[in-house]
Amino acid sequence: MQQEAAVHTGIQSTREPGALARWWKEIRHNRWAYVFISPFYILFAIFGLFPVGYSLYLSLHDWNGVRPMEYVGLENYRYVFSERGDLFWTSVQNSAIIFLLYVPLMTFLALVLAVLLNSGYIKGFRFFRTTMFMPYVTSMIAAGFVFQIMLGSHEGMVNTVLSDLGLPTVGWLDTIWGTRVSLAILVTWAWLGYNMIIMLAGLQTISQDLTEAARVDGANNVQAFFHITIPLLRPVILFSLVLSTSGTFNLFNEVVSIAAPDGFKGGTRYSILTPMILIYNTGFRHFEFGRASAEAYVYFVLIAALTFFQFRYLGNRDK
Amino acid sequence: MATTLPRIGLRVLVHLLLIVLALFMLLPFIWMLSTSFKPIAEVFHTPPILISSHATMDGYHNIFNRGADTAFTNTAILATSTTLTSLFFCTLGGYGFAKFRFPGRGMLFAFLLATMLIPPAVTIIPKYRIIVELGWIDSFLAIIIPNAASAFGIFFMRQYISSFPEELLDAARIDGCTEFGVFRRIVVPTIAPGMISLGLIFFMSNWNNYLEPLIYLKSPGKFTLTQLMMSFQSPNGESPFRDIMAVGVISVIPLIILFFVFQRRFVEGITQGAVKA
Repeated sequence: MQQEAAVHTGIQSTREPGALARWWKEIRHNRWAYVFISPFYILFAIFGLFPVGYSLYLSLHDWNGVRPMEYVGLENYRYVFSERGDLFWTSVQNSAIIFLLYVPLMTFLALVLAVLLNSGYIKGFRFFRTTMFMPYVTSMIAAGFVFQIMLGSHEGMVNTVLSDLGLPTVGWLDTIWGTRVSLAILVTWAWLGYNMIIMLAGLQTISQDLTEAARVDGANNVQAFFHITIPLLRPVILFSLVLSTSGTFNLFNEVVSIAAPDGFKGGTRYSILTPMILIYNTGFRHFEFGRASAEAYVYFVLIAALTFFQFRYLGNRDK
Repeated sequence: MATTLPRIGLRVLVHLLLIVLALFMLLPFIWMLSTSFKPIAEVFHTPPILISSHATMDGYHNIFNRGADTAFTNTAILATSTTLTSLFFCTLGGYGFAKFRFPGRGMLFAFLLATMLIPPAVTIIPKYRIIVELGWIDSFLAIIIPNAASAFGIFFMRQYISSFPEELLDAARIDGCTEFGVFRRIVVPTIAPGMISLGLIFFMSNWNNYLEPLIYLKSPGKFTLTQLMMSFQSPNGESPFRDIMAVGVISVIPLIILFFVFQRRFVEGITQGAVKA
C-alpha cells in the first residue's frame, strides 16, 4: 500500500518522505558496514582514483618534475603515435610475440596436466603438484638471474650440454629471438603450476558423471577431453588467458633480471622491452612525466580492449 | 587383453614425461643452490659442475658484508607489516560486504571489482608524486599504506565469509557485543583458515615485490632482497653471479618453507580467488 502511494505521488517528489526516512534508517542501521568497507575507498581515492585522473591531466602536459608544468594539448599522444614514439609500439609488439610464444602452449599443457592429475592416472599426485607449483612462490628477480646463468651464451650450462650432445648452441641471451624464447621459457616455468592449480580446481567442480556418460556413449578419453572437459572449463580457461594477457604486458621483474645488466634497456635491441618497462623508463629514468602518462593511457586502452575482446569471443557463447 | 601391454607402456611413458617436466621445474632451484656454493672459477665451467669439490661459503660471507642481513630484515619487516595491515582491512571489508545488506552495496561492490582492471602503469607516476609530497620516500609507509586494503583481498574474504552462519552473529549481538566486537571475537577466529590463505598470498607477493621498493626505497640501508640482487650487477663486465645466487637462496628459502608448511592453505588461496570469479 505504501509503495503504491509512493508511486502515485511521484510527480511532486521522486521519493516520498517515508521512503527517504526508511532509506536513511537502513543506512543508519548498517552504519558499521560503511565503516568496515571505508578504508578501501579512502585509500583508493588517494592512491588510485586521484592518480588515474592526475595521469590524464599530466598526459596533456610537458613536465619533468622540476620545471613548471606546461600545457601541450595532445602533443604527448601525437608523439606516441609518431615515428619517434615507435619504441612504445615495439614494446606492445614484443608483448604480443612473447604472449604467442608461451601462452597457447602453457595453457594447453596446464590443462593436460590438470586432467592427468585429476584422473588418478598418475601416481605421485602430491609430488607433481608441489614441484610444478614451487616456481610460483619464487622471487622472479632471483629466477631471472638463475636463468641467465644457465642460458649464458658461452659457458652457460645449457649451451655446454647442447654442444656436448653435438647440437648447435643457441644465442639465448644475445639475439633477438633468443631473448624472447628465453623469457618465454622463464615465464612458462613460473606460471605453469599456477595455471595447472586453477584448472585442477575447475575440474573438481565438474561432475564426473558427464565424462562417464560420454564414455558410455563410446567416446574415448581424448574425445571426452576435447568435447566435454574443455567446453565445461571454458570460464576457467578464459580467466587464465585474461591473467596471462595482462601478465605478459606487465612483465617487469622477469625482464630486468634475465637481461641484466641491460634489462631496463629491454634486452637485445629492445627485443623484450615491455610496455611496463618502457613507461617506467620514460617516467623514472628520463623524467618525462607527461609522455609517460600518455603512454600509460594508450596502454590502458589497449589492455581494456584486449580484455573486452577476450570476454566477447571466448566467454560463454551459450548464454 | 592384447591392449594391456601398450597401455602399461603408455602409462610409463606419461610418467617419464612428467618426471622430465618436474626436473625442469626443480633444475633452477638446484642450480641456484649449487652455484651459491661454488668458487667463482666454477660458476661458468665446461663441463658444468653440479656439486663443487671446492665448495665454499665465500658467497655468503660476501653478501653479509654487503648488507644482506639488513636487506633480509627489511624484507621481513616490510612483507610482514604490509601483509598484516592489509589482511586486517581486507577481512573487515569482506565482512562488511558479506554480512550487511546496506543501501548502495551492489554498486559499491561492482566499483570495487572494476578497480582491479586498472593497470598499475597508469597510476605509478602520480602515486610517486603523492608519496613524495607525503614525505614517505625511503619509508616503508610508502608501500604499507597504499597496499593496506586491496580489492582482491576484500573480494576474497567476502567469498569466504558469505557462508558464515547469521545466527552466530545475531546471538553475539543479542549478548551485547558491539559490531566490531562481533567481528573480532566471532568472525575472525572462525575464518582464520581463510585469513591464512589470503595472508600467504599477500606475504609472498610482498616478499618478492621489486617495483615498489625500486621506486620508493632509495638508500641502500632500506633495500629489500630483490633490490640487493639487482644492485649487485655491474653495468659493464661480469656481475658477481655466485653472490647474487647466494642472495637468491636466502630470499627463496623462507617462502619455500612457508609453502611446504601451509601447502593446502596456499592452494586454497589461489583457487578461491580464481574459480569463483
